[in-house]
Order: sequence, then C-alpha cells, then structure tokens
Amino acid sequence: MNYLSDVGALARKDLRLELRSRDTFLSMVLFVVATLVVFSFSLPAGTAEEASYGLLWVALLFTAILGLTRAFAAEREQRLLDGLILAPCDRSAIWLGKAIAVLAFLALAEVVALPAFALFFEPVTWEVVAAVVLANLGLAAVGTLLAAMAAASRARELLLPLLLLPLAIPIVVGGVGASISDDPGRFLGFLGLYDLIFAILSWASFEYVVTE
Amino acid sequence: MTSAEKYVTAAYLVVLGVLLAYLVIYAFKLSRLEREVGELTELARRRREAEPTPEPDREEVAP
Amino acid sequence: MSTSLRNNSAVALAAAAFVLLLAGLTLAFYWVPNAPVEGFRQRIFYIHVPVALTSYACFGWAAWKALRLLWTRERRYDLESYTAVHMGVIFGILTLVTGSIWARTSWGVWWSWGERQLVLFLVLFLFYSAYFMLRYSVEPGPRRERMSAVYALFGVVLIPVSFMAIRLAEGLIHPVVFDRDPSDNLAASQLTTFVVCFAATLALAASLYVNELTGKRVDERLRELREALT
Repeated sequence: MNYLSDVGALARKDLRLELRSRDTFLSMVLFVVATLVVFSFSLPAGTAEEASYGLLWVALLFTAILGLTRAFAAEREQRLLDGLILAPCDRSAIWLGKAIAVLAFLALAEVVALPAFALFFEPVTWEVVAAVVLANLGLAAVGTLLAAMAAASRARELLLPLLLLPLAIPIVVGGVGASISDDPGRFLGFLGLYDLIFAILSWASFEYVVTE
Repeated sequence: MTSAEKYVTAAYLVVLGVLLAYLVIYAFKLSRLEREVGELTELARRRREAEPTPEPDREEVAP
Repeated sequence: MSTSLRNNSAVALAAAAFVLLLAGLTLAFYWVPNAPVEGFRQRIFYIHVPVALTSYACFGWAAWKALRLLWTRERRYDLESYTAVHMGVIFGILTLVTGSIWARTSWGVWWSWGERQLVLFLVLFLFYSAYFMLRYSVEPGPRRERMSAVYALFGVVLIPVSFMAIRLAEGLIHPVVFDRDPSDNLAASQLTTFVVCFAATLALAASLYVNELTGKRVDERLRELREALT
C-alpha cells in the first residue's frame, strides 16, 4: 500500500533524525522529571494524595508541548516542509508520519516519567497507564496539526501552547478522571472518543494547513 | 432598589455598554475610512491631471 | 449581491433588532411575573441565556463559512468566518460577564467552577482568543485563510467535547453546585419572553455582523485601491 509506506518512510525519517541527535528526547525526559521535582515543592503538606495525579497530567501536557514545539523545527530550519509538500505523497501522510514520531517521543519520555512519578508521589495503576496511552494519541494527533500551523507563523514557539492548551483541557479531564475516579471506564471511553473525533479531523484537514 | 434589582439591571446595562462601546469604535473606523477615501481621491485626481503629457509623444509616432 | 440589495437587508436586520430588543426588554421587565422561587433576580436569565446561545450560533456560523472556504476556495468566506468569530467572542464575553453577575446573585460568588456554562465559555474564550493570535502572527494570504478555517472548525467540534468533559469533571474534579437548569419547567409567559429575547439577540448579532463585514470589505477594497494608485 503506497500510502502506508509513505507514512512509514516519513515516520522513520523523523525517528532516525532524532536517534542521531537525541536532543528533543533528552530534553523531554529531563523536563518532565524536573517538573515533577518542582511540583513536589509546590503542594502544601496537608494536600490530598490524589492531587499529585493532577500534577502528573500537567507535567505530561507541558512535556508534550515541549516535544511538539520541536516537531516541525527541523523542517522549518531547512525548508524541508516545502520539499515534503512537493513530494508525490498524500499530504495527510505527512501528518500521520509526524504524529507517529511524536507519539514515539512521548511514549519514550513517559517510560521514564511514570516510574519517576511512582517513586516520588503515588502508585501508577493500570488505569493511569491506559489513560496516558489514550492521551498520547489525542495529543499527538491534534498537536501535530497545530505544530504545523505554528511553524508557519511568526510567533512559532509562543503560538503552539496557546493553540494546544484549550484543546488539551478535555484530555486532562479524561486523564485525571481516569486516575482518581472509582469509575475510570467513563473517562477512558471519553478519551477514546476524543482521540477518534480529533484524529479524523486532524487527518482530514492537515493538507489545508500546509499547502501554500 | 433591592440588591437583586441592582444586579439584574447591571447585567442588562453591561450588554448595553458593550453595544455602545462597539458604536464608538465603529465611529472611529468610519472616520478613518472617510479620511482614506479622501486621500485616495486626491491621489486619483493628481494622476488624472498628470496624464495628458504622454499623449503628444503618441501623436508623433502616428504616420 | 448589488449594493442596494445588501443595504436593504442590513437596514431590515437593524430594524428587526431594534423592534425585537425593545419588545424583549419590555416583556422581561414589565410583563413576565417574578419567578416563584428565585424572585426578581431570575430575570437575568432573559439576557444571559440568549446571549450564550447567540454566541454558539456565531461560532457555528463561522464554522459553516470556514467549511465553505475550504470547499470552494472563494476568498470572501474568510472575512465572513473571521467576522463571525469576532461576534462570537464579543457575545461570549457578554455571556461570561452576565453569567458571573448571575452567579453573584445566586450564590454570592463571582465565579464558580461548578457552573457548566461559565466554565465552557471560559474554555471557548481561550480557544477563540488563540484564533486571533493565530491570524495576527501569520502573513495574510490563502494559507492564513485556510488555517483560520481549519481552526474555526476545530472550535465548533470542541464545543460539545468540552461540554462532555466539564460534565465528567463535575463532582470529581470541580465542586458540585446545585444545578439551576434554566430550561426546566418554563411557564408560558417565561417561554414567550425568552423566545423574544433570543430572537432579539440573534437579530442584534446578525446586524452587527453585517455592519462589521461591510466595514472590513470596504477596508480591503480601499487597500487595493491604494496599491493601484501608488
């Protein structure tokens, strides 16, 4: 299937670039651990233990923003995006390839972040992991599209958080809810719905965002 | 006026206030547009007055 | 559309807005009786909910125009979508302010995270404010038009999704407040007043929209004219 092989090639390109320099991935890992440590100082002594789950989700969200800001940075610096667009592949394949790469970075950062969280704060239950996986999908889907928008703007790094944060609020609700609720299924289902809706929307509208 | 009446009236007045603010902003915009139209009319008139000079050249070329 | 036809519709809309607003205000203050439980302060309902619904309508209109832009690539839809978002944000701010006043009269606080409509509008306000940031930081042109259109579509999808999220968050994340659901058990007189007020705010938004759109179009044409002359 031509489409899928395009996607694979694009994703592999990003991952290989990252493997060589490793700077995005390392910054994300360091950032999330540092944020968790800062958070450990930010909550007063008597706070409920559940509040730390909220901190986990905020840390993950900001780490995702950090990673996404770099998502199209390389292309911008070397004007590769124009080349990619001229390439004879469906524009949405660019989105999918990039989103898969972002997903990989997020997952790798969380492989470090979640154990760190379990060590510093609260145990990481399977509901938390499930929620994190689902949230990753949503963040990668929407974030890749918004990162492409921000890459075309003058404001760049400043614009991406502004665009992403309102759209990320449902993800945070779903994640925190799944982490602390007695009925996590509702929240996990909601996260799945969010992923489905916004992945389709992002996939369909990506070409309108990148063409000149 | 009871406290409830004050708040209710305040809510409706806020809407009115925003409307009036919009009017004021719009008045400024209109006066700016008028000024621009005036400037452009000037430009156009000057252009039209400058046009007659090329024509004598064209007459020379015609056999 | 010829200019005379456009002028006529603009005038008609403004006249309709005027009549409906006057009628609505009269009904809301002189005709409809006090609500049995809440008393006089319930009358904020007749301005708060219509303004909120009108804001949703504006965002929906903006998304429709955005969709048309992406389908047909006709440039005029960009201005129409942008103006609609602008109207939506203005009415959104009004929703937040009137809602805050209503919260104050009901519970003595200016803000409550348990109040679904208020929280939803706060999220939407953040979202559509970013819309303007997006527009201002991208060079004008077809690309900016398309990006704005895509973003406007995301916004309208976000409305129900956010609402779901806020409902899920109730109790678990945000405190539960005794939910005053305005659409429960409306008496006939209350319903009539509400409908008239809603029609009034819609007509008002439409009238402002048409005016602003004309202003923006004139702006654009003057700019073209200036470029042609200099």
